[in-house]
Amino acid sequence: MTRYRAAPVATLRVVPLDVLTLIFHRASGITHVVDSPVPEILEALGDEALGLDALLARLGERFDLADADPAALASRLDELAAAGLVERL
Amino acid sequence: MRYATSLRIGPVGFRVGSDWRAPVEALRRLYADYPQPEDGIPDFNVHLFAARPWRRMIRPAVHIGGDFVIPDAAPLPLSLGLLAAEMGMNLQMALGQRRWLLLHASAVERDGRALLMTGISGAGKSTLAALLMTRGWRLMGDEFALLDPTTGLVHAFPRLISLKNEAIAVAERAAPQGRFGPLLKDTPKGDIRHLVPDARAIAAMGAPARPALILFPRYGFAAAEREMLPSECFVRLTQASTNYVALGERGFDALTGLVQNVPARALDYPDTETALAEVERLWESVK
Repeated sequence: MTRYRAAPVATLRVVPLDVLTLIFHRASGITHVVDSPVPEILEALGDEALGLDALLARLGERFDLADADPAALASRLDELAAAGLVERL
Repeated sequence: MRYATSLRIGPVGFRVGSDWRAPVEALRRLYADYPQPEDGIPDFNVHLFAARPWRRMIRPAVHIGGDFVIPDAAPLPLSLGLLAAEMGMNLQMALGQRRWLLLHASAVERDGRALLMTGISGAGKSTLAALLMTRGWRLMGDEFALLDPTTGLVHAFPRLISLKNEAIAVAERAAPQGRFGPLLKDTPKGDIRHLVPDARAIAAMGAPARPALILFPRYGFAAAEREMLPSECFVRLTQASTNYVALGERGFDALTGLVQNVPARALDYPDTETALAEVERLWESVK
């Protein structure tokens, strides 16, 4: 099963502004402007490698997920992997 | 190069060399009151040159070169040599400046605090800055504001104010005693005429200011004003910066600091009087 790991915390500068959050990725020098749930996903992953179900469960514990949808989370993770902020293992 | 002159604009020193006398003479005349580069050493070189020796004389075409260049940029006719020199200096800043975060914005100062105005070409950055200069504000620059990543202060870059098309007559009326350059007709951006910043702007160009308000003016629309969220301001200012990416994390820190600490407004205006009244009102509201 695919597991996901966030870019190491030391390589990220996360600045919540208002409705959007800025993430400067030191490894690439790229600035990402992201909306929820991206900051929450990165925080939930922490420095662990989690599978989709484990990550969804963890997000469910921390947030009141009315419509927990594995397919939607997988899409977000694919986007984050493409952006270099999450690694697929 | 046959002809050359040196000058300093704000903290940045330039040496402009030219195959022709006229552009250098125009610079010397208009920048007569500006100081020399610190310690006589320019930060950037600009070269105005003829691609072939005979093109100095026959249908002279001014190519813009220097430390940083855009390959294959179209040359300008010698009648626009002053514009070529100004473009050359701008180009060095846009492509080569690494010390400050460059914001494509005009800036004016009052009581040690800076008002930044940014927007696309034609939004009114230069016009409003020129008019505010005639109304008691200190002009810091009409093109680039230099944001210091270590202090958060804005440094002035008061080059010649570049007035375009209808703005020329507006500024001529507002500054009847102003020193203007020649009218440059049929440039790639229409008619251009330069206005020399006033004596106060030149004398105080070494003094930075704390940014207090960021405006995004837009000329030609019904009067409207809205608050801008820091995230929108951030995205727009990254687009308005030529060296944000090059500065890396320093640029990120400088810009996040700016948008978190300084209020921003979008300002649509149908005419300059409306805009100036709004600027004064908004300035009072952030005091």
